[in-house]
Amino acid sequence: MSVSQHDLALAQVQPRIARPRIATRAKGPVVLGALGILGFLLTWELFSRLGPVDPHYLPPPSLVLPQFFTNFTYTDFWVAIAQTMRAWAIGLTVAVASAVVVGVVIGSSDFLRRATHSTIEFLRPIPAVALIPVAALLYGPELQAELLIIVYACFWLVLVQVLYGVADVDNVARDTALVMQMNFLQRVRHLVFPTLLPYLMTGVRLAAVVALILAVGVELIVGTPGLGQKVALAQINDANVQMYSLILASGVLGMAVNGVMTVIERKSLFWHESVRGGKS
Amino acid sequence: MNALKSLLHFVVLPVLLIALWWFTTRDGANFFVPQPGPLVDAFVEVWLGEGFRNDVVPSVARLFAALAISIALGISLGVLIGSVEWVRSLLSPMLEFVRAVPSTIIIPVLLLVIGINDTMKVTLIVLGCIWPVLLNTVKGVASIDGVQVDTGRVYGLSGLVRLRYLVLPAAAPQIFAGIRQSLAVGLVLMVTSEMFASTDGIGYATINFQNRIAIPEMWSGIVLLGLIGVAMSVLFQIVQSRVLGWYVGLKESAK
Amino acid sequence: MTENRVTENRVTEPQVSGRQDVRQDVRLSVDQVQKVYQRDGESFEAVRSLTLDLHQGEFACLVGPSGSGKTTLLKCIAGLMEPTSGSVVLDGQQVNGPAKGMAVVFQEYGRSLYPWMTVEGNIELPLKVAKLSRAERRARVDEALASVGLEQARKSYPWQLSGGMQQRVAIARAVAIHPSVLLMDEPFAAVDAQTRAELEDLVRKVWKEHDMTILFVTHDIDESVYLGERVLVLSSSPTVVQHDLVIDLPAERDQLVTRSMPRFTELRAQVYEQVQIAKTNKTGATTVSAL
Repeated sequence: MSVSQHDLALAQVQPRIARPRIATRAKGPVVLGALGILGFLLTWELFSRLGPVDPHYLPPPSLVLPQFFTNFTYTDFWVAIAQTMRAWAIGLTVAVASAVVVGVVIGSSDFLRRATHSTIEFLRPIPAVALIPVAALLYGPELQAELLIIVYACFWLVLVQVLYGVADVDNVARDTALVMQMNFLQRVRHLVFPTLLPYLMTGVRLAAVVALILAVGVELIVGTPGLGQKVALAQINDANVQMYSLILASGVLGMAVNGVMTVIERKSLFWHESVRGGKS
Repeated sequence: MNALKSLLHFVVLPVLLIALWWFTTRDGANFFVPQPGPLVDAFVEVWLGEGFRNDVVPSVARLFAALAISIALGISLGVLIGSVEWVRSLLSPMLEFVRAVPSTIIIPVLLLVIGINDTMKVTLIVLGCIWPVLLNTVKGVASIDGVQVDTGRVYGLSGLVRLRYLVLPAAAPQIFAGIRQSLAVGLVLMVTSEMFASTDGIGYATINFQNRIAIPEMWSGIVLLGLIGVAMSVLFQIVQSRVLGWYVGLKESAK
Repeated sequence: MTENRVTENRVTEPQVSGRQDVRQDVRLSVDQVQKVYQRDGESFEAVRSLTLDLHQGEFACLVGPSGSGKTTLLKCIAGLMEPTSGSVVLDGQQVNGPAKGMAVVFQEYGRSLYPWMTVEGNIELPLKVAKLSRAERRARVDEALASVGLEQARKSYPWQLSGGMQQRVAIARAVAIHPSVLLMDEPFAAVDAQTRAELEDLVRKVWKEHDMTILFVTHDIDESVYLGERVLVLSSSPTVVQHDLVIDLPAERDQLVTRSMPRFTELRAQVYEQVQIAKTNKTGATTVSAL
């Protein structure tokens, strides 16, 4: 007991030693980065006040930033965010889930892989936004219209990554699994999935960004409620300060999506690496 | 024998799908899905006649101009930012933010500032496409192998020679990954901007057909956009396999 | 212990008969080089005070226990790293940054050769930098490829070749610029034993053919004795030259004959002993004073 407690104590001490190092090393870039943002805001302000563009069309950050923070007190701002993110989340989940299932099935069979290759290579590069007219026709300004576009685009993105991942399964590991008489599901769980994970994560991260772009795009064109539709309305109503503040908000939202995806990717890959490290 | 087999693999599924499509719409029953025959007719009539000059050429020209600008600008700025550490620290948070803005949302802004014209669309596509190229170039340039860098220093590589023979080739795999993303984003922005506000272009024509409930014509636009996507992807792969042939070989030899 | 006397002579008064004329022709002079790293507010002294002269046509091996700042020292000499104090002089010119006339063969051949260029392209690149004419470049590449025996691989890419062949290309690239001094940083540490023996003989051959001056870093005692005309044993870090030994083996080296000579075994034992002392004595100061 005492030994394990001692180990635990050691384990807890180590990161404490490591942390200040990282902090001191990162201090310089953080200061520079903050300077970069400040410089950008200053340039924007000066450009807006003195530049060639009418400040009505490009309001300075001294007007946009207060509006940006005021928005946080409005319910309809949060509702718009929630609507966009709902389409994003549902679309992404459906796309990822179906792409994983389809990808693992196709990837596990040489025949299916070859037979579907040409079709996948043809359907994949079709821009999902080309289907906006169909979505508009089928559903009108409803959630489903957004979902159709998001799912179509993200499905191919993730599917291709899953296929890469399944193809990357080590031959020796595959033979080992066969010798151990694993059935299909066991192979998927213990062999295919761990190899697949880094590829899948890359696909999901890309898809998360694309899904947000498409959600906003559909809202702009079809008028589905959400952040994109709010921006379009602000533009029509000549509420330019509001429009820029919403775009700022969309940037923050995009950063949040990136951040969450990076954390999920790192966590799951860390798990993956540690499992591999433990095996070897 | 093998060639025949791979040909079969290539065509069987597409043929099956088209047969299924033909079979399910043989009575012309579905309002939303046209029959193959009328769709092909509409395609020929709409896009190979006047539409080619009025809509296809402007769309594709804008897209390619914008992509060329994005790639040139993204690589040059990326090399600059990636090579100088303090510039990288200064700009990365800013770049991360700007990149995170979903690019479709700036369509209304550009409409406001620039108006409905070619400049607006090219600017929009550049603003969307430059980030993958730029950020990937930065990453590629900043992570060049230490031994490759040392070798370059020992043998006196500097300036343009260093750029041509060390920096660009070493970063090329990353740069191409960025370009690939850019192509997809560029097509999306081309279509979206034309659907949102335009006077010509494939996207504009296609959304017009939808508004007029001209179903086969609308679908023919979608098919055309798909073909353009496929053509771009094929073109990209040809260029990539030329330029990055060494990289594929290197990866395979490491296996 | 004749060999010890030789060593003493070198340290106290450098007059060994027959080599005096060579002595005057100093190619590379490393004078009291010290390297201190600053890391997280802590300083770490990798190289303390290192002094050595390398003469025209000399083949010297630097051998030391792992963790003795061998690579650091080599990087300082190559101008890839700035020493904290002291100086490196190549052909009478102070070295600040990589110098013309200095070639380096790295251990990591796979990363040192540019995979996006053919063998020929890799060898030619430094010559392009040196602004040689096309015809001259062509001649140099031919010559370099011939001396490492890789004429047939000139159009191949490095990654299509075996590890040993890749290292040959790296050697050819270094030879092609006709360097004053060739630095080699554990170049054969990553190849198998068979290839290693071949490459050792190749380096000896190239050295003789081109009348080169070579500083060869290794952790392999046998290799240092087999290859060198002189072996410098480094202490553990902070590094100093702990022992300087002339290898008086016949100039014609042969993997079988030379390695089975009694003299080879003696020299090998001596170097081994010094390396053992280096491992136990952190600074190596005692042995230096004992000499």
